[in-house]
Amino acid sequence: MRVFLILFSALLINNYVFIRFLGICPFLGVSKKLDTAVGMGFAATFVLVMSSVITWFVNKLLAVSGLEFLRTVSFILVIATFVQFVEFVIRKNSPALYEALGIYLPLITTNCIILGVAILNAQAKYSLLEAIFHALGAGLGFLLALVIFAGIRERLELYELPKSFEGLPIALILASIISMAFMGFQGLIKL
Amino acid sequence: MSRMREFTKGFFKENATYVQVLGMCPTLAVTTNAINGFGMGLAATAVLTLSNIVISSIRKGVPAKIRIPIFITVIATFVTIVDLLMHAFTYELWKALGIFIPLIVVNCIIMGRAEAYASKNDVLNSALDGLGVGLGFTGSLVLLGSIREILGNGTIFGVRLWSGFNMFAMILPPGAYMTLGLLAALFTAIGLKRKRGEQK
Repeated sequence: MRVFLILFSALLINNYVFIRFLGICPFLGVSKKLDTAVGMGFAATFVLVMSSVITWFVNKLLAVSGLEFLRTVSFILVIATFVQFVEFVIRKNSPALYEALGIYLPLITTNCIILGVAILNAQAKYSLLEAIFHALGAGLGFLLALVIFAGIRERLELYELPKSFEGLPIALILASIISMAFMGFQGLIKL
Repeated sequence: MSRMREFTKGFFKENATYVQVLGMCPTLAVTTNAINGFGMGLAATAVLTLSNIVISSIRKGVPAKIRIPIFITVIATFVTIVDLLMHAFTYELWKALGIFIPLIVVNCIIMGRAEAYASKNDVLNSALDGLGVGLGFTGSLVLLGSIREILGNGTIFGVRLWSGFNMFAMILPPGAYMTLGLLAALFTAIGLKRKRGEQK
């Protein structure tokens, strides 16, 4: 039961983009079109879940050897290597999937949501199953945020705006309004 | 003279937040008040300057193909140092900034300066560049943090200005997006006006 609470908490109540402010760069960067937003969202979800599993074992290893202060260095290197590896495998084995997700993979290494979720998993001392569900919730929440945002931005293209609000400013104000909507989920689940 | 320009270009012309739109996550997340913004900015400036110095001094020995992992390792080392120092000496600030201190590693400003500047220029220029961009980033964070703190809490740097009129939403996540959006619009408007002035 607790794993579902963690899943929905990460997905809606503490949505990583709108409430916790992780992964903002790709959120603002690739949310101009709906299909790229979906591609980025799924690629990030996949990498999030896989890297959470890997960093969970790395963290156990660090804890056993008393080297917890190396957490940041080892996590980021493991994640960067893993993303490179995934890109490699997908390119060799499945050109169609590479076409769909490949271009987003290099961007994902520096997406702070990946490292952020890995560190939060370690800080909260989640079990492996809880860590997986936490990562899944974070990834789906990221996907949800991107899709909502891209949908609105596609429509926004049709409207005429004051010159100084074009591009980033209106995107941020939009995000503010959606974030207000997400505040409505606050307090639904107490963990 | 040109050295001075390397230092000051990060303040306005190449300001990381408003012009290049980099490092958005800490910008939005930690600016609930001016002090947090200031602390975050200084931590990032320290990491940026030190990693720029190291990366530019090893730039000739780094093979181009594996430069990114090497840069990340250098940056992550300095982030760990800053993290441990802040834990030891500024515990309150460390607790307030929380997960965003280790996340300086993936702050695109730092990787961006390493890749675009420090890997191509000498040590002194890279140090000045890192310091300038870092202080520009600090300035943006303090500006954003001050506005949110004044409107949301009626205080600035913890000093009370008034009481009884608080827009609490400014401290919550929507306020972060809203303030940054309006500031970005303001900076775009100023930029447009300047351009029009130059054309005349």
